[in-house]
Amino acid sequence: MVDDVFDEVGLKVEDLHASYGAVEVLRGLDFEVAAKGVSVILGANGAGKTTTLRAICNMCNTSGKVTLGDDDITRTGTAEIVRKGVAHVPQGRGTFPELSVLDNLMIGAYTRKDKEVKDDVDRWFEIFPRLSERSDQLAGSLSGGEQQMLAVARALMCRPRLLLLDEPSLGLAPLIIEDLFERFTTLNKETGLTMLVVEQNANLALDMADYGYVIESGEITLSGSAEKLKNDPAVQEAYLGA
Amino acid sequence: MTWNFDVLPDFIFNGLSLGAIYGTVALALVLIFKATTLINFATGELAMLGAFLVYVLHMEQGLWLWLSMLLAMLLSAGLGVLIERSLTRPFDPEDHLPVVLITLGLFLIINAVAGDIWNYQVRILTNPFGKFPDWVPSVGGDRFVEVLGSRLKYQSIGIWVTLAVALFVLGLILNKTRAGLAFRAVSSNVESARLVGVHTGRTLGFGWAIASAFGTLGAVLVAPQLGGVNPNMMATILIYALAGAALGGLDSLGGAVLGGILVGLIQAVLVTWGGVVVFGQLYMSILQLAAAFLIILIVLLFRPSGLFGTRRVERV
Repeated sequence: MVDDVFDEVGLKVEDLHASYGAVEVLRGLDFEVAAKGVSVILGANGAGKTTTLRAICNMCNTSGKVTLGDDDITRTGTAEIVRKGVAHVPQGRGTFPELSVLDNLMIGAYTRKDKEVKDDVDRWFEIFPRLSERSDQLAGSLSGGEQQMLAVARALMCRPRLLLLDEPSLGLAPLIIEDLFERFTTLNKETGLTMLVVEQNANLALDMADYGYVIESGEITLSGSAEKLKNDPAVQEAYLGA
Repeated sequence: MTWNFDVLPDFIFNGLSLGAIYGTVALALVLIFKATTLINFATGELAMLGAFLVYVLHMEQGLWLWLSMLLAMLLSAGLGVLIERSLTRPFDPEDHLPVVLITLGLFLIINAVAGDIWNYQVRILTNPFGKFPDWVPSVGGDRFVEVLGSRLKYQSIGIWVTLAVALFVLGLILNKTRAGLAFRAVSSNVESARLVGVHTGRTLGFGWAIASAFGTLGAVLVAPQLGGVNPNMMATILIYALAGAALGGLDSLGGAVLGGILVGLIQAVLVTWGGVVVFGQLYMSILQLAAAFLIILIVLLFRPSGLFGTRRVERV
């Protein structure tokens, strides 16, 4: 069961089940993400990492309870969950290939009605100059790394309080991954944005995270501080290649 | 075999104006296909219903023709929203068969209801471009101008201008409005659209609305060429529009218009004019329909994504 280890809980998941047709992918997950912290879920292919994130956003058949801050969002529709401050960068980037880079950012701010959208676009263009150079180019023509930057920038355009990242390192060159994770860390430190990352790349993920969970066949088998997980023999063997 | 080049411009003009109409209806098809990868077979019948709305408002109620057209387009848009909400949204968007069957069912129902209300006789509907307005100086006649020794009908010019204006407005809606951006996002990636907070259902409804309005416009423009409105008026037009959409690329709006125009040209020049050249007489309708199917077949065989469509490449 969940230990009350965090001062403030950003996201709380209780007894989360999810299934595709007759196949049950998540079999009762319990975990918490500390507010302003970075939590990571480690797991092999098919363990249920992606489904966990999809279930949080109510994008598949689920049962259980998901609480964002004090808000029960279990039965909230995906589009409404975004309005409550959850940004989700899905696996495979999830950019809009037929839209320009600029339009990708603009649609990221779809839920916002304030006047600072343009300022935010400029800000992200400053942080990712590559995107600025390709502002009018179609997102589909970007390289994998650029697309991942675009996906993250687009997700942050809605000014979320919780960012869900689904295997951000997938398919990227090691140097680009390092750069990307550094940016995530900076982002968390500078803005206090709560993050939940699912990853296979345990080394990088645990370096960035404060707290971690290991998921196997739809169940959480291990949890603890990032430091503790890094030194756990089982984790080392399975995910750190020790 | 006689090559009668004197009349060729006539056929080209005719092809270009028919093609513009096919392009308009093809746009209605592509707007919905882009967002749902679904062919809405009821497009033509919805358009026909829109044309009958114009008939009722203008011919029966005596409203100004252009106001009737605008109202009919708005009403069709509303009907499109209603259909999306009630008949397609409850179904799994990934599973195409049920929704395709629903659009086919709609085709039959709308046709039957229209037949019941207005019966299947052709009813005259005022041609919006019957005669040049009085302020246009006469350069040949009050229904045409002389170009290249042929008669370019006011009707053709009117159709082109109307389509150009409609395309301009569509461009503004899609590129300059929030709803347009959302629609393009849903067309590009439904799941990601949901993840940025777009209500995909409502956005698809918006697509249905514009598509239905465009269809109605196409039906009103084509009515004079068919002698008026009748419940079966759009059946063959839909097939030409489908051929145009397939030729241009089912997910390309510009391609739909160009594809429609090309089909019109092929129909008028290759089939009709060429038919007269080769056979010495007109084999109009049969050959034209066959040509449309041939276009669909050839495109699907050799270039499934059409001339301007997105080629899908699976990258892992």
